[in-house]
Amino acid sequence: MKKLFVPMAVVAAAMFAYAPFMILNAPYESTMGLVQKIFYFHAACGMAMFAAAFVSGIGSAAFLFGRKPSADRMAVAGAELTSIIGLIVLVTGPLWARKAWGVWWQWDARLTSTLVMWMIFNAYLLLRRYGGPGSDRLAAAVALFGMANVPFVYWSVNVWRTLHPKTSVIPSLQPGMRGPFWFCVAAFLLLFTVLLALRTELEKRRQQLDELYLAVEGD
Amino acid sequence: MKLRILALTLLLAAAPAYANQQAPAKPPTAAAQDGFVPVDAPLSAKDTIPAPRLVAIAYGFIWVVVFGYVVSVRLRLSKVEREMETVTRRIGAGGRSA
Repeated sequence: MKKLFVPMAVVAAAMFAYAPFMILNAPYESTMGLVQKIFYFHAACGMAMFAAAFVSGIGSAAFLFGRKPSADRMAVAGAELTSIIGLIVLVTGPLWARKAWGVWWQWDARLTSTLVMWMIFNAYLLLRRYGGPGSDRLAAAVALFGMANVPFVYWSVNVWRTLHPKTSVIPSLQPGMRGPFWFCVAAFLLLFTVLLALRTELEKRRQQLDELYLAVEGD
Repeated sequence: MKLRILALTLLLAAAPAYANQQAPAKPPTAAAQDGFVPVDAPLSAKDTIPAPRLVAIAYGFIWVVVFGYVVSVRLRLSKVEREMETVTRRIGAGGRSA
């Protein structure tokens, strides 16, 4: 992974440099016009947020049942990325909604469940920071709940009445919109992988530092 | 730090009450939900809310958050590495003196 880190970061940066040109050349949507172009990064971020939540949840499960420190590092990194990417989703969505729906926010199923999921992963991070000894296992259980929330967030638009576009929007995208969208998804998933590797490395160093402190105290 | 977290918690707790009081600028409209229909040109001058500003804020926010996060992780990594060097030196010095 270390060998791949730099090339992946370079490719991600190049993709992000090129993405605005693709988005600019994509056709306008008939009812929403220019503001619909937020969709290309907003929905791609949503997918990266789901990926981050899954990484955190699966890492937490591996830590809870297998006691693997490497899984715990992955879980922490995933949770922090869910929080960061989730913040982007929760800010760009209302910017789009203000123009498309006339309101910044609606307490409908998709928006509320996304907010709840984001708060669950923030709770995880707060538990890790201030929970004291043993909080890592408690936090891992919280991350499992956060991951369990993902299918609800995804399907909410199809099950409950909501103003949010349904999941059918993606497979029905016209060719002019499909290319830029999947390009942005690939760019965000690559960025997510790079950031996950970087954040996991930070957690690894922190664990090494803790071990060094324990060695000092043991002397 | 704790004060900031407390303020953020209070803000989030107060959000639903604020949202209930807030009268929408206009009733929510039914924007495309089932599929997006492409057109060649942007919509006409019926726009009352400037879309370019919203799009610019959205994309600007994404860049700032991603860049800020990369810088934050890099700074934290440097801090941990510096601390590791200090502790390693201390262990080395302790070993020599013993």
